Amino acid sequence: MNKRYLAGAALVVATAFALSACAGTAGSGSTGGTKTLTLAQAQAATSADDFGGLDGLIAAANKEGHLNVITLPPSWANYGQIIQGFQKKYPGIKINSENPDGSSADEVAAAKSQKGQSTAPDVFDIGTAVMDQNLDLLAPYKVQSWGDIPDDFKDADGTWWYDYTGLMSIGYDTKKFPGGVKKIDDLLGSDFKNSVAIKGDPTQANEALSAVAMAALQSGGSADDIQPGVDFFQKLKQAGNFLSTLPTQATVASGETPVVIQWSFNNVGWGPAAGSAGNPNWKTVVLPGTGFGSYYNQAINKDAPNPAAARLWEEYLYTPAVQNLFLAAGAYPAQLAAMTKAGTVDKTVLAKVGAAPTDFVQLTSDQAAAASTLLTSKWAAAIG
Amino acid sequence: MTTFATNRGAGVTLRRRGARLGTGWLGLLPFGAYALLFLVIPAALAVASGFFTDGGTFTLANFATFATPTTQRDIIGSLGLSAATAVIGAVAGALICYALLSTKPDGWLRTVVDSASSVFAQFGGVMLAFAFIATIGNQGIVTVLLNQVLGDGTVSSSLYTVPGLTPVYVFFQIPLMVLTFMPALEALKPAWGEAVATLGGTRWTYWRRVGFPVLAPAFFGCAILLFANGFSSFATAAALISQGGLISLDIFKAQSSETVIGHANESGALALAMIVVMVVLMSVYGVLQRRAARWER
Repeated sequence: MNKRYLAGAALVVATAFALSACAGTAGSGSTGGTKTLTLAQAQAATSADDFGGLDGLIAAANKEGHLNVITLPPSWANYGQIIQGFQKKYPGIKINSENPDGSSADEVAAAKSQKGQSTAPDVFDIGTAVMDQNLDLLAPYKVQSWGDIPDDFKDADGTWWYDYTGLMSIGYDTKKFPGGVKKIDDLLGSDFKNSVAIKGDPTQANEALSAVAMAALQSGGSADDIQPGVDFFQKLKQAGNFLSTLPTQATVASGETPVVIQWSFNNVGWGPAAGSAGNPNWKTVVLPGTGFGSYYNQAINKDAPNPAAARLWEEYLYTPAVQNLFLAAGAYPAQLAAMTKAGTVDKTVLAKVGAAPTDFVQLTSDQAAAASTLLTSKWAAAIG
Repeated sequence: MTTFATNRGAGVTLRRRGARLGTGWLGLLPFGAYALLFLVIPAALAVASGFFTDGGTFTLANFATFATPTTQRDIIGSLGLSAATAVIGAVAGALICYALLSTKPDGWLRTVVDSASSVFAQFGGVMLAFAFIATIGNQGIVTVLLNQVLGDGTVSSSLYTVPGLTPVYVFFQIPLMVLTFMPALEALKPAWGEAVATLGGTRWTYWRRVGFPVLAPAFFGCAILLFANGFSSFATAAALISQGGLISLDIFKAQSSETVIGHANESGALALAMIVVMVVLMSVYGVLQRRAARWER
């Protein structure tokens, strides 16, 4: 009885939300400084000015009342705090976080399959390889601090723009490995038996492919030739040190995966920085030599069901406060250089994570395609 | 188990069946619509996608995936794992059924095993994976205990590999065997045993000449069902293995890969291969089941 009553109440609330969402986007016209746009107009807005400035954008986003984000794990690059911060700053907008552990391809699939529905993702945090194939899904937009994003970090038309990069790093449990990790071949030693994990299958997950690329750079390979990285993992497997468990914050905390090769912002975020959810003995090492990084991109779904909230989210991400939150996790944000110059960077955080890397390699789209071809034919045999 | 119309009064049955066809099919409509919406249409769409490129033009290129070493390895992995767990599950399940045969049909032991089997046969996916991680995973209680007793590093877990999935799958295969095989065993009539004894046969004669031949179709039918059950499993394996090795994992990988772009429709070709295997198996199961049913009246 109680349950049925609750379900009924939930339905009423949901209907009310749906109705108010309709009402929010129905009218057109202009009141005072802010403008009310139709859904189509809002989906085509290329800057906050189209809404009559930031206040107009906030008002429009509040009317929508929802924001659908996708594939943002709370333990990834501080997204947990960043989402909480948005909820606190704009309590009228409810964030629906869909499929947090999904891949970039899952983002695109959701946008296509849910097109026109209220559950479709509004914004993407997406890898370059998948994005390049799906540029027609994206709506150009320029955040107010567009000028602070370096030119080679963004599309001139505003179709996409970099958000942050980490460096491939090795995280390990200092209690289990007091000797530490100084070079990649250390991991082949007998004390690392059944210990080293990567973030999935490199023919599926970009972060796992990046681990192979980093191993290649450390073993005499290059961005053009990641075969030495595949060879490294084959040796790791033969030594009995490779672990085919998918590492998560929980497996790191429990000790199930005592060594994880992944983005620095995840290794940092799963260690002492995570408080009681993290592993207090987790240390993050970026090996000397050429680093391996990869900027992820921000973009807006051109069919976003909540176009104003989507744009407000982007404005929010590119405020110094949120850029500093990325930085605190070890994810170097796109506006870091401008913020350092303007003095808005959080200096204690910067001192803690260290200055942004100046020379690191990221794969061009040709190199990424070559790497994926190589992995398709070689990876399964190497670790099989 | 299913009961079939007997030959007694076949004419009457036939006429009645004919009359029932008039409106009786209406009762099937809800199930038919359900099966169409959630089984037939999705399966058809999935398979059809295997014949098109991302852009929507017809192609057979997706079937090239069967030439790659990964797909070949994973087909063998899936078949091997399903076969191994089906055989283990079928033999162990049959033995349990045999042991239960000497208990009272409505006794507490039979009831407990019966209901426990219904629960455990459905206990798959992430829950089951977690249960095994907690016991024999890298930090599982058994692994840790053994390492404490035998010295650090002597025991390592192979739970996260395809062969390591065997005990996990067997966990739900045995109860499924108990559920499906028990009715066949119950159908063995005590009178047959008495008849063999009257004619001077031993217990072994009874099993060799009566028991095994009667049970064989049901046994192999159930084993095939177990094979199909293992072959189509996804969630348990996905929760444990991060490096692939099974065809069902490949379908997911092709769909969601962010590094190997533009091969999503290969999952349609892989799905077709799985459906072919399942159709063959279920046809054999149907034939065997019909033979088995002869003795279950």
